[in-house]
Amino acid sequence: MNQEKIGVYVCHCGTNIAGVVDVEHVAKWAAEKLGRQGVIVARDYKFMCSSLGQELIEKDIKELGLTRVVVAACSPHLHEKTFRTAAKNAGLNPYLVELASIREQVSWVHTDKAVATEKSKAVIAGAVSRVIENRALEEIKVPINPNTLVVGGGIAGIQAALEIANAGFHVYLVEREPSIGGHMAQFDKTFPTLDCSACILTPRMVEAGTHPNITLMTWSEVTNVAGYVGNFHVTVKKKARFINEELCTGCGICEEKCPKKVIDDVFEAGLGYRKAVYAPFAQAVPKFPVMDKENCTYFLKGTCKACEKFCPTGAIDFKQEDQLVHFDVGNIILATGYDLFDARRVSNYGYGRLPNVFTSLEFERLSNAAGPTNGNIVLRDGKSTPKSVGIIHCVGSRDKNFNNYCSVICCMQGLKFAHLVHERTGATVYNFYIDMRTAYKAYDEFYQRVLEEGTLFVRGKVAEVTNAARDEREKGKLIIQVEDTLAGKQRRIPVDMVILSSGLQPRRDSKEVGKQFGISCSTDGWFTEKHPKLDPVATMTEGIYIAGCAQGPKDIPSSVAQGAAASARVLDKILQKEVTLEPIKASINAEKCSGCRICNGLCPFNAIAYIEDDNVSNINPALCQGCGTCVAACPAGAISGTGFSDEQIMAQIDGLLLRTLEGV
Amino acid sequence: MNKYLLYPGCSMESSAKAYMESMNAIMEPLDLRFEEIEDWNCCGATEYLGINLIPAYSLIARNLALASDQIGRMNGMGRTRTVVAPCSACYLNLAKADYYMQERPSLGVKVNEALAAGGLQYKPGTLDVRHLIDILVYDVGLEKIRGSVTRPLHGLKVAPYMGCMLPRPDYQHRWSDHEHPTELDDLLRALGAEVIDYPLTTSCCGGHMTQIGPETAFELIRRLVADADDRGADLMATVCPMCQMNIDAYQNEMNHHFGTDYHMPILFFTQLMGLAFGREPGELGIGMELVNARNALARIGVEVPITQEPSGPRKKDEGLPMPRRWTRHEVRKEAVK
Amino acid sequence: MPQMTDERVRARLTREEDLSLLHEVSMKTAGVSHLEMCIQCGTCGGSCPSAMDMEHTPRMLFAMLRAGMRDEVLRSNTQWICVSCYHCVVRCPQEVHIADVMYTLKGMAIKAKLYQDSTAPDFSQTFVDMVETYGRSFEFGLASRHYLKHFPLRLPGMAPMGLGMIAKGRMGIKPKKIRRMDQLKAILERASQLELTS
Repeated sequence: MNQEKIGVYVCHCGTNIAGVVDVEHVAKWAAEKLGRQGVIVARDYKFMCSSLGQELIEKDIKELGLTRVVVAACSPHLHEKTFRTAAKNAGLNPYLVELASIREQVSWVHTDKAVATEKSKAVIAGAVSRVIENRALEEIKVPINPNTLVVGGGIAGIQAALEIANAGFHVYLVEREPSIGGHMAQFDKTFPTLDCSACILTPRMVEAGTHPNITLMTWSEVTNVAGYVGNFHVTVKKKARFINEELCTGCGICEEKCPKKVIDDVFEAGLGYRKAVYAPFAQAVPKFPVMDKENCTYFLKGTCKACEKFCPTGAIDFKQEDQLVHFDVGNIILATGYDLFDARRVSNYGYGRLPNVFTSLEFERLSNAAGPTNGNIVLRDGKSTPKSVGIIHCVGSRDKNFNNYCSVICCMQGLKFAHLVHERTGATVYNFYIDMRTAYKAYDEFYQRVLEEGTLFVRGKVAEVTNAARDEREKGKLIIQVEDTLAGKQRRIPVDMVILSSGLQPRRDSKEVGKQFGISCSTDGWFTEKHPKLDPVATMTEGIYIAGCAQGPKDIPSSVAQGAAASARVLDKILQKEVTLEPIKASINAEKCSGCRICNGLCPFNAIAYIEDDNVSNINPALCQGCGTCVAACPAGAISGTGFSDEQIMAQIDGLLLRTLEGV
Repeated sequence: MNKYLLYPGCSMESSAKAYMESMNAIMEPLDLRFEEIEDWNCCGATEYLGINLIPAYSLIARNLALASDQIGRMNGMGRTRTVVAPCSACYLNLAKADYYMQERPSLGVKVNEALAAGGLQYKPGTLDVRHLIDILVYDVGLEKIRGSVTRPLHGLKVAPYMGCMLPRPDYQHRWSDHEHPTELDDLLRALGAEVIDYPLTTSCCGGHMTQIGPETAFELIRRLVADADDRGADLMATVCPMCQMNIDAYQNEMNHHFGTDYHMPILFFTQLMGLAFGREPGELGIGMELVNARNALARIGVEVPITQEPSGPRKKDEGLPMPRRWTRHEVRKEAVK
Repeated sequence: MPQMTDERVRARLTREEDLSLLHEVSMKTAGVSHLEMCIQCGTCGGSCPSAMDMEHTPRMLFAMLRAGMRDEVLRSNTQWICVSCYHCVVRCPQEVHIADVMYTLKGMAIKAKLYQDSTAPDFSQTFVDMVETYGRSFEFGLASRHYLKHFPLRLPGMAPMGLGMIAKGRMGIKPKKIRRMDQLKAILERASQLELTS
């Protein structure tokens, strides 16, 4: 018999637990059978997390002199903090509280009441055995660097950067492309209000580009991140622009004189051309162009230098090299955006094979006044105006062959295209949809407007787009073959142009980027938020936040909202000046460590470094998130985790197997 | 030398004799050797599956069991686990039985119980079921095929017709695409033929509808023949006995039905390979087709200049560039996810 | 390859009473049908090359299965018009094994004697009879028997084709028989018994 006085508190969680587990019986059992373990009181209560429930525990700690507490309720993810705070209020070290998850691990996954009740007992017995081995721990406090890194200069990243900068703190805004602006800069109009995309975006871009608190780094990529919340050390590679930014006035003469044209498959979505030295669009921020080394005649053949010859300020610098820039920040926001689904994968829609099948991004460029056709909606021959256009929704989305999820924006995007085609060409427009999803402020009203304009809607997922005509009516057309599910008939609808409302995908390198910043991705590749409802912009890694489409498909208003939300979280951290870290950490016993370095590569938070001089590995406690990977992996058993010591784990297992009950 | 087990299928001995003869004629130059599955039986085509489930799969599985037995008896050197089926319907049935016996283990158990009544058994996944053209393109390789060509088919405009049951459902992800696979195109190009853009390459020939619902089938045949004709094909090339039979033997009746007068010969791709390898038509079953290919084949030898895609800056009313085509590597990687 | 046990298939579909017909069809289908996953998008009906001759698109049949409309489904000509081209199968966003479900519906319609036109079931049966006699398909026997019964008027028009096939050596008038017919018969007999008990 140990000396501890333990209290066990079993929560009903309304009917969440009590519906499946006989909680009263379990509490009674704990009081009777676990007495030998030191349990001196066991109670059940409707909602343990309520203030009354917490007070119950606090009262027992004070009056009965409890030295350990076990709360059998939900997962520690939800209320561990609640009960630890309650213990702290009553004068007990918060780390002497243990949660036994009898909701997520019992009542929600079982239907048999008798079995669930027995399993609850085992889980509680395990927690009781474990809590005896718990040690009082003290929280760690570290100072916060007030600077912030924002990765990605699309609308979400711009928003986040501006909010923080306006609050008076410094932001490093890093963008991979030559200009900030992201996908939004490519669009012509935005739904549902049909604001001109550039008109509402470019003021923000200019503000970000000139803000005294923002260091803008375009044509740059983060290559390394070390450190931890409050103290990240960042390395950014500034790719050589071959332009001296001190001298360049952004006059554009170099671009005009460059003899080399290349298909621009980034900004113009492959539909237009740019030069080898270029700024992707007129309102680019910053105004400095970049030189594309792969295509520049001078770099390829050693002669040309037309840009240099004509540059009035001598700003062309062929000798420039990539540059590594180092700086420290306290928090990081990832707003790295999305890639468009590659529509060539749906070969039955003919994109890439049939000239007049366009993707959504191509259509954005086609309809954009600054695009390759000056906003004329024409076929791929560059001149004919379509008389009929089919817009296909859900391309690559909601499809187990491609992406299982709904891409959120495609319905509204398809409606916007219908409106633009109708307005600019007068063509007959068909929209093909599975379900019309227009759930947001003023979105369904826009659907009504497009209906009113006479767009024809066909409910059915398009089966194929073909150029194999069956009769004269179909000759020379693209034929959309679909089941009109509301009419219950297969239809073949000949059109001149097909627009694929392609879905959104995680960035190709999102998994590597996630690893670099120590955050995880869903199986699809979107960055995983800390909590899907209550903490959508934080991640499981302290100090790393996510915003915009990097977290999942979303439209412009939601991206902006997330950018702002992430910056609010960062400001909250900055203003606290220091951050409290969980004392759940791993540490290495240098005596036992053989210096094998197996743990170094396994650590998802890059917290372990090898110290060459001593031939041992060492864990940076501020960086360690207490995940336990290294503890399990160490072949020498040299690593132990506070809060997860071998003694605690073994005791918990004994308890779970009810071995501790023997002889009771 | 590459050695495989062969499941010829019933048609190869009758309506698709030309396929068998031409296949045999190209074995030697390509260093291929096929060993027939001893005492194989019919795969049940599309008929057996619609009557009873377990007998249908047991009928197919007997062949798989015989094949895996036969492999067990082979000596180490020439051992293979690949069964080659030249007929698309046979290929699909064999592949499907192998796949479903794994996906739904209870089906595998029952089928094996039935096989046991004949003293046989089959462990799903033992064999690799592949179609003839798969072997030719991916094992033999286009380089070797190109190297064996002595009489390039220059000037012959061919509509590549893959049919349905080869590229679909494609349980093992063997093809570049389900809808517009390029394997047959590439192979025909390697022979020097001019391959026309044939969007209906994997559309249906009507299958057994020629037998049970001829009007449905005639329409499907018409679409295929009309589109090939429209696009200027001299002939169609097929990889499947059923497709050949429907388009060749029923073309006349289809013409009657619609009052049309199409004359679109359809040959097995192996017949075209044989010709390109310098073999004589008589050795390749050419002449057995009902819609004769004589005029079409008279064109072989004509050179067609290769056109190049325009490039450079876009002038005002010039066309917009097409998205980049996938490379071969990307096709394998992307399409088959 | 994800495996699906009968128990898992059953567990999915027996939760709702209304799904009992769907469940029956699913259990009788080779592989995992995923019928319960249909979202009624119409990809199948849009893809079908012979939809113009179908009374119901495949999508409608699946809705009718959900609604428990057993006789209407089995009496539909849809499953008989299916040409097994598998376009719908590879395009279906929910991976429903549509072509295999069509085979199942044919089998169920034959057993319930609910087909409208006996041409197709007869053809299948004649084919099966040939295979069960010879172990191989016998095109000449099959075609002549089938045409005599179902398309006697088509025969004169077809004769040149048939004769052409024979003349060109593409249609043997004598069947080929496999060596171990006894073994095949034993297997099929056992398989038929198993079919009844499953």
